[in-house]
Amino acid sequence: MQLASLSGNLLFISFIAYLVATLFFGGAVKGAKTQESYENNRWGRIAIVITIMGFLTHLGYFITRWIASAHAPVSNMFEFITAFAMMVVGAFILLFFLYRTPSLGLFALPLAVVMIGYASMFPRELSPLIPALQTYWLTIHVITAAIGEAILAISAVAGLVFLLKNIDLTKKSKQRFWLESVMFTLMLVVGFILSSSTFAIMGYEAKFTYINKNEQAAQIVYNYPPLFGMNEYESLTPDKMTPLAEMPPIINAKTLTTFVWSVATGIVLYILLRLILRRPIAALFQPFAKKANSQVMDEIGYRSVLIGFPVFTLGALVFAMIWAHEAWSRFWGWDPKEVWALITWLFYAAYLHLRLSRGWEGEKSAWLAVIGFVIIMFNLIAVNLIIAGLHSYA
Amino acid sequence: MNKIKCQCGHENPFGTVLCEQCGRPQTEDAKKSKLIDMRYEGSARRSQTYKRSIVDKIWNFFSSVKVGINIIIAVLATSAIGTIFPQKLFVPATTEADILAYYEKHYGFAGTLYYKLGFYDMYSSWWFIILIGMLGASIIIASVDRVFPLYKSLKKQRTKRHTSFLKKQRIYAEGEVADSNSSLAKAEKKLKELRYNVKTEDGALLAEKGRFSRWGPYVNHTGLIIFLFAVLLRTLPGFYVDETIWLREGETRAIPGAPGYYLKNNEFIIETYSKEEDAAFGQAIDRVGTIVKNYQSDVTLYKDAEDGIPGRTDQMEFVKNYSIVVNDPLSFDGFNVYQMDYRLDELKSMTFQLTEKETDMSFGEFTVDLLNPERLYELNEGATVELKEYFPDYDGVENGEPVTNSPIPNNPAFIFKMVTPSKPKGEISFVAIRQTLETEVNELKASFVSAETRDITGLVVRKDKTLYILLLGGIIFMIGVAQGSYWNHRRIWIQKSEGNALLVAGHTNKNWFGLKKELDKVRIYADLPQHEDRQDSGFGSDEMKGDKQ
Repeated sequence: MQLASLSGNLLFISFIAYLVATLFFGGAVKGAKTQESYENNRWGRIAIVITIMGFLTHLGYFITRWIASAHAPVSNMFEFITAFAMMVVGAFILLFFLYRTPSLGLFALPLAVVMIGYASMFPRELSPLIPALQTYWLTIHVITAAIGEAILAISAVAGLVFLLKNIDLTKKSKQRFWLESVMFTLMLVVGFILSSSTFAIMGYEAKFTYINKNEQAAQIVYNYPPLFGMNEYESLTPDKMTPLAEMPPIINAKTLTTFVWSVATGIVLYILLRLILRRPIAALFQPFAKKANSQVMDEIGYRSVLIGFPVFTLGALVFAMIWAHEAWSRFWGWDPKEVWALITWLFYAAYLHLRLSRGWEGEKSAWLAVIGFVIIMFNLIAVNLIIAGLHSYA
Repeated sequence: MNKIKCQCGHENPFGTVLCEQCGRPQTEDAKKSKLIDMRYEGSARRSQTYKRSIVDKIWNFFSSVKVGINIIIAVLATSAIGTIFPQKLFVPATTEADILAYYEKHYGFAGTLYYKLGFYDMYSSWWFIILIGMLGASIIIASVDRVFPLYKSLKKQRTKRHTSFLKKQRIYAEGEVADSNSSLAKAEKKLKELRYNVKTEDGALLAEKGRFSRWGPYVNHTGLIIFLFAVLLRTLPGFYVDETIWLREGETRAIPGAPGYYLKNNEFIIETYSKEEDAAFGQAIDRVGTIVKNYQSDVTLYKDAEDGIPGRTDQMEFVKNYSIVVNDPLSFDGFNVYQMDYRLDELKSMTFQLTEKETDMSFGEFTVDLLNPERLYELNEGATVELKEYFPDYDGVENGEPVTNSPIPNNPAFIFKMVTPSKPKGEISFVAIRQTLETEVNELKASFVSAETRDITGLVVRKDKTLYILLLGGIIFMIGVAQGSYWNHRRIWIQKSEGNALLVAGHTNKNWFGLKKELDKVRIYADLPQHEDRQDSGFGSDEMKGDKQ
């Protein structure tokens, strides 16, 4: 148990380290007057040292949790996303030493921070492995896939920097709209983290009995004030809020409630920011991207796809198929998670072909990288929480 | 077709853009452009050369990368649509009408539409299969169209190139140096240090490395084709066995799809995590409730005796004992048997007692095997019970007759004829769980004493002869994709011009940043003229710009 709490503390240290390192990278970008000082100044050096320290404690979290639970800590949402965040930071560190770009860190580290925050909203206790997961393939498949996805995520970060730098935010345009949409989506994630942790701190709990879709009685606990009630719900905690509407059995009203709360919080947050700033949120970040070299960002974006794609293929398709053959007797079963891994793979295959043969570089390529990351996140979040709700997975 | 003769004397195939040997532009477009298009080395590709017959047109269609990308996007989009609602495969219904009803009930109008459009069985639909076929055609044709011309021109390339070829490269420099011969010699030394293959010819130098990365795409495409071929093979009979077998504890059955083999289920085990043994997971167990730790079938595999008669279960030969668990199937002779499902506590037998109602005197107990019940049971003092009729899955009375739903003993019911010395004609009694019906008032009764249950394991039997082909395809794909991604094909040309002037040009298939870094090292060491990157991309060159605020 000692180990488990140590593990949690190490993760918290990493979280703080990434936050601090982000500020230092900000300083490194802001303070740079020349190409040389941009690539190598004191702020930047401190930032990368803090990042590496954060990465080491993150690795410490990973190892201690592995020892405490006796299996690779990649078996549920919390574990997977924190591991994913760690690999994003790892990939960033690698690319930082290749290209010396503090701007990349300025955007990659907040991504890791948001991911750890998001992960922490899921149950965090050590959980045992169900029979389907009890094999070394869990370690091999999930870790390789996560490394591949993390490298691909860096390509999206480079793409985002490229777009922030090159899109004119002073005039109305399609590009401005979509870039702002990316920012808006990030706000929704922050909205989820904020609302979820607020109610968690308040210790909010509302209990209901309901009839599930197999027409059996079941119990459910909401951690948000219940906006929507489950099918034929009856409250066990009458002093808490009464749901506004009852949902049919096929819809998980608890998930819907969480979703609506998060979106609402995100929208409020976004509107507040817009009112304070009086310009697009993207414009707030733009100055930090301005000093990045577009050529280098484009190169990083492309290179990380080149490095990440084979790793992703190996982890998310090849190893996945071998494991599926061992565990479920078929290497491919058109399960939604599998299909979305295939979709991700096809998407990056299209990216590479467009780039190699159609000359899609620069802005087009940057947009593709961002879309690719959206697909990865869709597979991670939506497929697990929405689609797989019908066909339960792991 | 006519050959194109270049000024250097080399005869190029019709359709060539850049001379295979000296690199001189051969077409008007190539002569006019500022930078030459180096893709496929300006070689003559069939698709760019012949455009008349139907075959040409089909060839040209599939060889286009643009078409290929569109096919990829189409596969991607249809796959995504297939995940909106669960596929037919995951729907607990068998008849088409039931499936439609399922979609209608759960997803309303959208579900009905999904069904009507055929999206509920997306991945076996004819259009999806045609798309995959087109993807295969595109991969093959596009690769063949490119790989041979590319191979030829890389093989035939000469060290010394025509100035017009060098001048139109993206990385280019020209300028006077102190001593062109010594610069050239130094450059050669440095390039060799950087692990380039260096060739020289008459004041010209060609340094090249990583050419094999150019074959990466064709290798990975070969892997994909092998993979798709194996998937195609699976649809042929005999390549693929997929059967389900339910085995009760203690039961031995022939393995479906694997003639000559038998499997006995010795025991089925389910284990759950406990807070005592798995203390670290206490919190999770509290939150979720029960978490299963293990599903296991302890089985014995038998096969027909070598000289015995096939199918005689009493002449089976023992092969091995095995514990099948999830992730660890039983393997034999190319077959795999997987733990997939189970049912707990099926009734195995029921024990009754025959008594005289008034005196409570017992004639003893008898046990009915619920799968293969015996007809007659002999008890003490000459009493007997005859099983007149047996309903394993009793479901009420229809038209005055009791009915059974299935041969599985879910809810057994019996009609007993009870005979004792004092009742030689016997009495009839209908006995089901928690009820006894009598046609007349009986003096005897068969009362329930106890029941025995057992578990059933659900196993899946698979054999897939294509697995190794699939794996081979996967491995070749991975090799190709790594080869093409992790290595770069870089070339640097350095040539003497008039006096002490040098021309320097560089080309790489990707990672220009890396090429420039290496060329910088050579430039500094060998005192070469400063090169520039002349790519005219949409975002142009950019230097440090101050904040706009």
